[in-house]
Amino acid sequence: MAEQLKIKSEVEEFKKEYFYRNSGAMTKAIKISEAQLNLRHIEPTTKATYFQAEENRQRDYQAANRIQSWFRASKVRAYLSHLHKKAIIIQRIWRGFTARARFRQMVKAAYFIMKMNFYEAMAVRIQQRWRGFFVRKHIHNYYARKSYLEGLSKKNELVRMELAELEELQKRERHCVEMVKEQTAKVYQAHRLHHLLSTKQCPGVFNSPFRPAPHEMEILLRQVKYQAPTRLDPRGRACLMGMLGPTAPSFPGTLGSPWIKTTGTCCSSKPILPPISSKKQQGLFRKPGEVWEQRMLCPDLTLRLQTSYTHLEEAQNQLQHKGTGSMLHHLRHSSNSFTQPAYAKSFR
Amino acid sequence: MSQRQIIQVFEQYQKSRFQFVQTVSDLALRPQNIEILQNAGVMSLLRCLMLDVVPSIQQTAALALGRLADHSDDLAEAVVKEGILPQLVQSLALKNRFYKKAAAFVLRSVAKHSPELSQEVVASGGVDALVLCLEEFDPGVKEAAAWALGYIARHNASLSQSVVDAGAVPLLVLCLLEPEIALKRIAASTLSDISKHTPELAQTVVDAGAIAHLAQMILNPDAKLKRQVFSALSQISKHSVSLAEMVIEADIFPAAVACLKDPDDYVRKNVTTLMREVVKHTPELSQVIVNCGGMATVIDYLGECRGNLRLPGIMMLGYVAAHSENLAMAVILSKGVPQLALCLSEEHEHHIKAAIAWSIGQIGHHTPEHAKAVASSDLLVKLLELYMDASSSEDLQAKSKKALKSILQKCTYLPGLEPLLYDVPSNILKYVVCQFSKVLPNDSKARRLFVTSGGLKKVQEIDAEPGSPLQEYINAINSCFPEEIVRYYSPGYSEVLLKRLENYQPA
Repeated sequence: MAEQLKIKSEVEEFKKEYFYRNSGAMTKAIKISEAQLNLRHIEPTTKATYFQAEENRQRDYQAANRIQSWFRASKVRAYLSHLHKKAIIIQRIWRGFTARARFRQMVKAAYFIMKMNFYEAMAVRIQQRWRGFFVRKHIHNYYARKSYLEGLSKKNELVRMELAELEELQKRERHCVEMVKEQTAKVYQAHRLHHLLSTKQCPGVFNSPFRPAPHEMEILLRQVKYQAPTRLDPRGRACLMGMLGPTAPSFPGTLGSPWIKTTGTCCSSKPILPPISSKKQQGLFRKPGEVWEQRMLCPDLTLRLQTSYTHLEEAQNQLQHKGTGSMLHHLRHSSNSFTQPAYAKSFR
Repeated sequence: MSQRQIIQVFEQYQKSRFQFVQTVSDLALRPQNIEILQNAGVMSLLRCLMLDVVPSIQQTAALALGRLADHSDDLAEAVVKEGILPQLVQSLALKNRFYKKAAAFVLRSVAKHSPELSQEVVASGGVDALVLCLEEFDPGVKEAAAWALGYIARHNASLSQSVVDAGAVPLLVLCLLEPEIALKRIAASTLSDISKHTPELAQTVVDAGAIAHLAQMILNPDAKLKRQVFSALSQISKHSVSLAEMVIEADIFPAAVACLKDPDDYVRKNVTTLMREVVKHTPELSQVIVNCGGMATVIDYLGECRGNLRLPGIMMLGYVAAHSENLAMAVILSKGVPQLALCLSEEHEHHIKAAIAWSIGQIGHHTPEHAKAVASSDLLVKLLELYMDASSSEDLQAKSKKALKSILQKCTYLPGLEPLLYDVPSNILKYVVCQFSKVLPNDSKARRLFVTSGGLKKVQEIDAEPGSPLQEYINAINSCFPEEIVRYYSPGYSEVLLKRLENYQPA
């Protein structure tokens, strides 16, 4: 068995050799070089080992290259991955740090904004209340408007009443003026128609016997006193009528020469003034010296009299001494009832 | 011949000339004689007589010429063509006061017809000569000169400017202070004619201190003077706010309100015109007039007068109400709305009705309160009638439509709105239905009234295009009521019920 195994392994080896020997590009190259170098005369086994060694050298060199490059690469890879891992650690730590810082800032900002929103919301509430109050109190004041409109209605009523009164007054005035005008016209007519006055013998036109009472013209004719015709032109006469009142039937007495002279200018509405009478001295004037004396000189103002207080008794005593007793007795009694007349002479 | 006979010849000639001129001037008073006189060639004869030696003949000839020119346009042109104007203007400076009066009369009668003739008068130096006449002592001369200047200034702004440039305004203001009433009247009228054209002219008049003097004359008893004074003040104040404020600062207002009871119609009309011109500028000025009771008096005045005299009063109410809502409420409280309704029913002229419609619109468009006040006097129906009436003028229709629209947008007074559902064009119907759709969802009593008065029935009968705003409002109204009621009132419901009856089989 063992020999069989040995032979098998040799066959195997031989096949391998043969395979190695005859495989590869080297075989052809060796065969060429063999042909060139005339290496045929060298022994086949050394030749086989030499070729095999050549081929193996290349192969082994390449293999060794590969192994070495792989090893270097894995060394570098290991180094790089180590570096990457460390870099990642550093970056992770850094990112975490900055992110936390940013987050802290964001939290602060959010807090600040929340506070501000709250304040602003409260401020808006305050402002709303204030604006509402202000507008209702000062700008769109309901009560002021109401009282204004009420006051306005009252004022309107008042004005309407006052104006109605005024109108009434004015109407009455105009009516009065018209009545006066009418009456003066009638009086004027009465003056012109004086000749139609009724007499005892003959009743006049306005006093017909068939009427129950005389016509008003008749009454006016009776009241008006006849006046001699003067040389007045009609304008002057009308003015005169206008000037005197409605109840003045007795004016002829006041007509005199001054009126006639002023007819030219009395048509205008200006009132006519009475004429200026002749110049009279106004009073009994004292001489200036007297007046000065009166003003300048001071009177004697004393309580003393020219006559003494006991003047009367002394006079009586004197009489008593001079005259008889009975006469004195009478005088004395009668003198007691006198009042004292002497004081008036003490002042100048 | 002896000297006396020769002189007698001359005297006779003078007498006959005088008689001729006198007769012509008397004939010229009647319009029927004018043409005959014109055909007889009276113009050239009078022109020669104006150069006569005797002053009385000159004056009478001028007077006759003035009367002729007064009557007609052609004669006035003939006066200008004959070249009489330069002569007149020269002699205005030289002669005595009677001649000046007559010459000013001629200038006035020429200038009154047209702006071209006035321009001729100005071109021949008439304005300067008339202004010189204003410096005279005699009030008659001043009156005639002022009158002529007034007629010249009346036509247009450039002629007024030439009158002002000649320095007439201070002299006219001095004339206002004179004691003669006629002179005051004419001066006030001339100032009114000058200031009516532009704000600058009005400012010139105000700068001469006219307002204070005009304000003093308000309580004068003479009616014609008051007319002219108020007319002048209103022409001044119509141009700008500052001028109107100056007029108010002269403290005329409580006194002017009393003049509204004057017996003369035109005084009252001019006071109302003044109030209108002042009120239209700002709310504060309107407030001044309302506070002194002017509103109530104007409303009473509207009740008393008729026709065109009412127009300034109506416009004044409109302007006051247009400014703000509480002024409009003041108008309503002073019983303005019933008065306007009365005016609307009494007046027939279209422009007055248009003014009334505009004023009502201004009063009613502020808030629902105001719209209710307008609607409760049945004015909405009347405005609708005015709008729908085919014989109304375009202006009237436009104004009543605008007023109706603006009031309807604020009106929530349903009894006033209901008559407007019937026979109404769709553009107005839209607003009416819109208002109903706003009020009905909130008020149950109103809903009940709406159903019982037949309004819901009417709304169902309206057919509107689906998707239009009208349909949306109708849907909104229908959604306020239960379905059965809506179906009950929808048109043709009785037929639907009868059809159901036909198909019904008794069990």
